[in-house]
Amino acid sequence: MPMQPDQTIESPASSQAGETILSVRNVSKTYGKITVLKNVSFDIKKGEVVALLGENGAGKSTLSSIIAGLVIPSEGEMRWQGEPYSPATPSDALNAGLGLIHQEMRLLPELSIAENIFVGRLPTRSGRIDNFEMYRRADEQLKRLGLNVSPATKVKYLRVAAQQQVEIAKALTLNARFLILDEPTAALGGEETDKLFEQIERLKNEGVSFIYISHRLEEIARIADRVIVMRDGELVANFDSAKVPVSNLVEAMVGRQLDRIFPHLPAPTHKPLIEVKNLSSAEGDFHDVSFTVSAGEVMGIAGIVGAGRTELVRAIAGADPVKTGSVSVDGKVITLKSPADAMAAGIALVPEDRKLQGLVLEHTIGNNIALGNYPRITPRSWVTPTEIRNFATTAIKRFGIKGSADQRANELSGGNQQKIVIARAISAGPKVVILDEPTRGIDVGARSAIYDVIAELAKQGMAVIVVSSDLDEVLGLSHKVLVMARGRNQGILSGAEATRHAVMERATA
Amino acid sequence: MSEITEQVTPKTGGINMSFVKKMSGPLVGLILLCVFFSLTSEFFLSARNGLNILDQVTVLGILAIGMTLVIVIGGIDLSVGSVLAFSMMMMGVMQRQLGLPLELAIVVGIATGAICGLVSGLLITVAKLPAFIATLAVMSVTRGLANILTEGKQIVGYPDWFTSLATVRQFGFLSLTVATFIVLAIIAAIILKYRPSGRNLFAIGGNPEVARLAGINVNLNTCVVYALSGALAGLAAVAFAARLDSSQPSAGLGYELDTIAAVVIGGASLSGGVGSISGTVIGVFIIGVLRNGLNLLGVSPFIQQVLIGVVIAAAVTFDTLGRKRR
Repeated sequence: MPMQPDQTIESPASSQAGETILSVRNVSKTYGKITVLKNVSFDIKKGEVVALLGENGAGKSTLSSIIAGLVIPSEGEMRWQGEPYSPATPSDALNAGLGLIHQEMRLLPELSIAENIFVGRLPTRSGRIDNFEMYRRADEQLKRLGLNVSPATKVKYLRVAAQQQVEIAKALTLNARFLILDEPTAALGGEETDKLFEQIERLKNEGVSFIYISHRLEEIARIADRVIVMRDGELVANFDSAKVPVSNLVEAMVGRQLDRIFPHLPAPTHKPLIEVKNLSSAEGDFHDVSFTVSAGEVMGIAGIVGAGRTELVRAIAGADPVKTGSVSVDGKVITLKSPADAMAAGIALVPEDRKLQGLVLEHTIGNNIALGNYPRITPRSWVTPTEIRNFATTAIKRFGIKGSADQRANELSGGNQQKIVIARAISAGPKVVILDEPTRGIDVGARSAIYDVIAELAKQGMAVIVVSSDLDEVLGLSHKVLVMARGRNQGILSGAEATRHAVMERATA
Repeated sequence: MSEITEQVTPKTGGINMSFVKKMSGPLVGLILLCVFFSLTSEFFLSARNGLNILDQVTVLGILAIGMTLVIVIGGIDLSVGSVLAFSMMMMGVMQRQLGLPLELAIVVGIATGAICGLVSGLLITVAKLPAFIATLAVMSVTRGLANILTEGKQIVGYPDWFTSLATVRQFGFLSLTVATFIVLAIIAAIILKYRPSGRNLFAIGGNPEVARLAGINVNLNTCVVYALSGALAGLAAVAFAARLDSSQPSAGLGYELDTIAAVVIGGASLSGGVGSISGTVIGVFIIGVLRNGLNLLGVSPFIQQVLIGVVIAAAVTFDTLGRKRR
């Protein structure tokens, strides 16, 4: 069915969307001998949402960067509203009305939300910054996004999801007529995603066009009018409608059939490894949470952003303080004063943000894996670079990391970076492994590899806890699912009870 | 399933190449300086002058070892020059005014430095002050205390065996203070490279939150590093007092900046996570050779200041450019 070559056959529905606003013709980009973009052509109409899919490295970012003026194409041309368009800088693109919302946050943490929204174009009155007007307009945008927070709040105090929404609010004030959203929902929970989609819908009706990049394929049918798929720098498929089965999209992205996404999990043992009793956070982020995870069992934690999931697992891993309650591993109650305490008791955490909490990006893969694992590398009190390299190389092979021990961590793709963090955590030989959002911002193929790793940990007899905002992931990967809402355990679902509907019902309770 | 190939950045070379590139900049600079002064001054290239340079850089070198540890963890220690003066005065007061045996007074001097460093460490980890502010405060306090002890007067009259530590070349070769510097540099280099506790410092400087979540006690390590930096300032004070044959409350004025310059010329990054003792030693010698050579050529101290500033800027520029190109 609808796998078609480049040219679009216009359906009556899409021709109603209006005239072509952006056309891209035969655009290529080469770096030396490496071609990252080959002869890409497509059109975007006014008021249309086009989903752009592809694995990491397929060329989506390069294409977006060319449209947004960050990268100059080697060949080809573009037309914007009928005029030739060749932006040399991002501000050329912005002035023409094209904006790119990055996957990575580009906010200034020490400035307020309002200042971040208006940075570079602060409203002034008689030469001075008009704070009143700035806060009023920022507040207006935040309200439009349903974000209940003062525009005077410094961005550094916001969680990842709220920071993302500030980025979007910023774009909304730009009066852009064309927006590229790069993974806008990667950090959002269900409710925030719905709000974002309402916004896109509204702007679309005002005639704004979108390129929507996402790894969450379930979203595509909800938000996009059309889908284009890239692979290895080429446009390989062009679906006239977004109502395409997810399996077809995945097939187009990876170039072959994917029979299943989640690995098979053997039944867990009945030997409880970790027991959490009436745990409450010192900062009030979660209250009275209890659960048990057995050896060989995978427990998912679902919930909307702000439900206290990350705070809960960080506390269990000793990273944040606990007020009351207890955590036992293998029947022994443990003290949790620092991450070192938790690790000594056999709890390992793969944190939420691999770039800020998981990796020293400037250091080598070898040093990143060795960090905190020196007692496993050698029984002596000193260690040689060769021993570190050998230790890391073993872990690199075990986890299928595409890189060498001497390569720096920031040269790797997100999926491989995530595997480095997992490799370090597992090298410590833990009994309990906690993974917080292990596949955020990671492409489909690499996700499967991470799922396989998680299943393998359970098979080896570890108790595994996976926090994820991706509902299908939580359901597909876990024996049971703990649902959190407003800092409380809303129930643990397993087997036939664990359905999307049941989880969402409790998550929004 | 999931044998999906991902694009991996092609990468050749690896750690050995990057090591050579990182080291070659400062080392080449030092060699060029030596060649230049050998050609322009008839006195420069001699064993005697070489040993002179070693004597002259000892105090700076001992301070720079501690500063390297501090900069590797992403910190800065502005107090080392003043802590040096305070430790020196404590030692003098203990021996000359309270009549303690000099051996014990030396221990008190080093301990004074360690305590001052520990105070900086606690201000940073417990009071959560930025390192710059914490050590700036300690710098001011200790310089004041150094002057209060004797109302600004110097202390003279150390026994001969003490001054001979810095002046008598054992076996016609190294004075004990120079030997101490060399031994300390080797120990510090080994710790930083081969001891887990040393390697952890790079992780703390690279990203303290990552280090903490990996099970490293970041606060404890930070306190230990600043205490070591202080203790080394105390030891540098002993070496300096032996060379001056006195204790001066104004000693070490501005040394913190020379020390930071030496460490940075040696390739360390002020944002933390990068640095080495071998680089720092080269940085120390670049400053030492530059001063010595310019003195031999009779260049005025004012012009020397200008040239040293230019060298710092040039060294770090080349290093940064080289790192970007990698």
